Amino acid sequence: MAILLHYGVRNLRTRKLTTVLTAGGMALVVFVFAAVLMLDAGLRAALVATGQYDNIVVTRRAAGTEIQSIVDREQAAIATSQPEIAIGASAGRLASREVVVLIALRQRNTGVPTNVGIRGLEPSGLALRPQVRVTAGRMFSPGAAEVVVGKSIAERFDDARMGGMLRFGGRTWAVVGVFDGGGSAFDSEIWADSDQLMQSFRRMAYSSVVARLADPQAYEALKTRLEGDPRLTLEVKRERVFYEEQSQTLSNFIRYLGITLSVIFSIGAMVGAMITMYTSVANRTAEIGTLRALGFRRTSILAAFLFEAVLIALVGCVAGLLLASVMQLVHVSTLNWDSFSEISFRFTLTPGIVLQAFIFAIAMGVIGGLLPALRAARLKIVDALRSG
Amino acid sequence: MYWLKLALRNALRHRLRTALTVLGLVVAILSFGLLQTIVDAWYAGANNASPNRLVTRNAVSLTFPMPLSYRDKIRAVPGVHAVATANWFGGIYIDKKNFFPQFAVDPAAYFGMYREYVVADDEWRAFLRDRKGVIVGRKLAQTYGFKIGDTVPLQGTIFPGVWQFNVRAIYEGAQPGTDTSQFFFHWDYLNETVRARYPGRANQVGVFVVEIDNPDQAAEVSGAIDATFRNSIAETLTETERSFQIGFVKQTEAIVIAIRIVSFVVIFIILAVMANTMAMTARERSAEYATLKALGFGPGVVVLLIFGESLAIAGVGCLLGVGLTFPVGDWFAARMGTLFPVFEVSGGTVALQFACAFAVGAIAAIFPSRRAATVRIVDGLRAIG
Amino acid sequence: MADTHPAVEIRNLVKSYVRGGEVVPVLVDITLDIAAGEFVALMGPSGSGKSTLLNLIAGIDKPDAGSLHVDGVDITTLGEAELAAWRARHVGFIFQFYNLIPVLDAFENVELPLLLTHLRGAERREHVASALAMVGLSDRAEHYPSELSGGQQQRVAIARAIITDPSILVADEPTGDLDRKSAADVLKLMGRLNRELGKTIVMVTHDPHAAEAAGRVVQLEKGVLLSAAPAG
Repeated sequence: MAILLHYGVRNLRTRKLTTVLTAGGMALVVFVFAAVLMLDAGLRAALVATGQYDNIVVTRRAAGTEIQSIVDREQAAIATSQPEIAIGASAGRLASREVVVLIALRQRNTGVPTNVGIRGLEPSGLALRPQVRVTAGRMFSPGAAEVVVGKSIAERFDDARMGGMLRFGGRTWAVVGVFDGGGSAFDSEIWADSDQLMQSFRRMAYSSVVARLADPQAYEALKTRLEGDPRLTLEVKRERVFYEEQSQTLSNFIRYLGITLSVIFSIGAMVGAMITMYTSVANRTAEIGTLRALGFRRTSILAAFLFEAVLIALVGCVAGLLLASVMQLVHVSTLNWDSFSEISFRFTLTPGIVLQAFIFAIAMGVIGGLLPALRAARLKIVDALRSG
Repeated sequence: MYWLKLALRNALRHRLRTALTVLGLVVAILSFGLLQTIVDAWYAGANNASPNRLVTRNAVSLTFPMPLSYRDKIRAVPGVHAVATANWFGGIYIDKKNFFPQFAVDPAAYFGMYREYVVADDEWRAFLRDRKGVIVGRKLAQTYGFKIGDTVPLQGTIFPGVWQFNVRAIYEGAQPGTDTSQFFFHWDYLNETVRARYPGRANQVGVFVVEIDNPDQAAEVSGAIDATFRNSIAETLTETERSFQIGFVKQTEAIVIAIRIVSFVVIFIILAVMANTMAMTARERSAEYATLKALGFGPGVVVLLIFGESLAIAGVGCLLGVGLTFPVGDWFAARMGTLFPVFEVSGGTVALQFACAFAVGAIAAIFPSRRAATVRIVDGLRAIG
Repeated sequence: MADTHPAVEIRNLVKSYVRGGEVVPVLVDITLDIAAGEFVALMGPSGSGKSTLLNLIAGIDKPDAGSLHVDGVDITTLGEAELAAWRARHVGFIFQFYNLIPVLDAFENVELPLLLTHLRGAERREHVASALAMVGLSDRAEHYPSELSGGQQQRVAIARAIITDPSILVADEPTGDLDRKSAADVLKLMGRLNRELGKTIVMVTHDPHAAEAAGRVVQLEKGVLLSAAPAG
């Protein structure tokens, strides 16, 4: 068996151009396949990184996103006074009543207005997000017209740089700090004081309440109580689940379109592999006859050719993955269709994606190489020897 | 001509190989065409915009409303012919994935301005009489089977609760590219319900659509409108309708760019396949090409044979691929429902498909033909497959 | 014997190949005359350079040094394009593996060299018909090479070789791939072309039977002429 594998490798090296072109086609297909999965993984990583397991988000029932949600002061007060909510270091409840609005800022490179989310938090808001650290300047002071911006926003929008001034809600706000959201959706947000924001926009009601559970298992009890109360129109979700649902539309679109495209493209690559392998079989008919005459069985011939096809596919897979891994340097910023605001994320390569790429490539190699390999295996010895 | 005949016969020598190559080309050209059409469909809103219309929105962002009282002030601005109002409703029809645009509008003004939406007189009157009435577009009606007289329930997200609407009219598009996937109902109905439940949010408008007398005055009139509301509680931003629509596309530009890139990736994939096919084919025929050169034919003949064969295969693949783009495109558009309200394969896309197929056929032939033309006769005669 | 000009005049021909970085000499100072109307067999062991010498005479390869006059013209001085035009008019080829174009039928294969002339369609057809008649394959004109036996294919190739009435026919192992009977037929045909049409033929062969058909045998070994004696 080992001899036949060696034979397969040698044959590929002799026909370098053909091998390179065939593997090249497969590499491109693997690249598209992997890149799509990486894009989706990056999107979901950004959103999953946003949510803590032991945090909850309380919004108006059926609101879906904070932009659409309205939680009035009374209901917010009831939500924050629930017993399951943890007590913070300063003996206050670890809960933040927040308001989220969108403003249109002009991008640095293109000048195109883009919807950016501004979140008004209470002082406890920062403690609720341990992945967030202020990396330049300082946190905004409560009561001041000050904001801190996520690092993605600072990079993409001129006005939102450190020391810049933003104008909205009839006031001018100073950018006093930049924070790193740890690759989460917060990197694409601007934070300010909740009360200041509400005053500026003349809002009476909050968008949501975010809180930490003292015991993560107490979630069900809290959820049942708040959602079951007929006086309230609230909905409770774990923060992680809340953000995951916000990626669904975009994620489904990327995956659906991407996988469909990869499958269609793979037809092209498999056609290429088939042509190559059929030609290979035709050129080596005499060799095959000789090998069979020497005593090698049909299944060995089948395996040898199938192996060659799979080997080409594997070479293509490695090349495609290398190309795809370069994409990790690329930042993607786009409108999240669910939240209607901008989100930045990166192409993220995971071991799972690498594995899926290899399986995909091997499948292409097997399907593309099967018919030619069968033809090789089915040759009659006398015919094969005669044609040489 | 003789040589082209010979090239064509050569293409049919290896039926299986040629058939597979053509299959690959068809798949590639078809995919390319569909992807380019998806990109076009993304820009459809912008392409349908009228140069006579401006859109005024809250300067902070589209998610903030403006007072209804602005309407008269806008109408008073010089150059303004008419003003209509629209509020994005954002309701869910049964499931989140059944997405289609829903607007609460002042019907007389709005449809007076959007003359490309054509409604039959009797249906229009029925709609006006019913305050819960709704006008739906032909494509929307087809997608979900809405008929005149049906009741359509929507789950409100921005305006919570379950809202019931009665289909009173179906509008057609004046041109093939018009968006007929929209859902229009009375702003009055929205406002009175909002006033009852959330008094503070009543008498608010999402956007004003402004029809101007002269498209050349767009910039001036926009500036004048915005100046009117500077330093008020809701400052405005006015721009042409096209600019407004492009703004949406631009925010998802990353995806559009990705799709465009991917559409060209498939061309490269088929280029690799085609180049491989031609390289193998030319190599197998070295002795024949050498024989022709020995007989006294110049290298140009060999080049012509290889190019002819490659372009013939590419041509067949292209014609089939372009031909299939239309029916497959229709099928795809039907499956996407109202997500892509306008899905038309443009002439530009077809031209690009031909250009790409030609390029693939030509590039795939370059190296093999160069090699075949320059290889020495004795080497060509000696080579075996 | 009649012509003052030998058909082929070779003086001090030298040819080497470069293989894997090494320079391998193939022909070492060949000097040879072939008279018009002669039928010469070039023989020798493998690697003796006989095929190379044939290729040089046919104008499909160029020597490193020396002169080669065919019908009075020193073909070593011709450029690529001129050499191609010269071959079209002066040389007829007969290859061991026939080298017919598979997608052309017998008629079209024979017609091929005529496309380089100014003859019109009707005239070309006449010439092809008579060439096919000469080789006895008029009834196979519309068959493709794959439908013909080895012997028949070689005869089509011969018809192609004589269609432009060239000065010289070069044949590289013409019977190498044929069975005894077909080989005998082909050699008989070539003999007729030589005797009845006065064609000068230079043939490379391993086959002693083929050598018998020739008028003179030239032996080569390791790039050097051993003998240039006429046979019989």
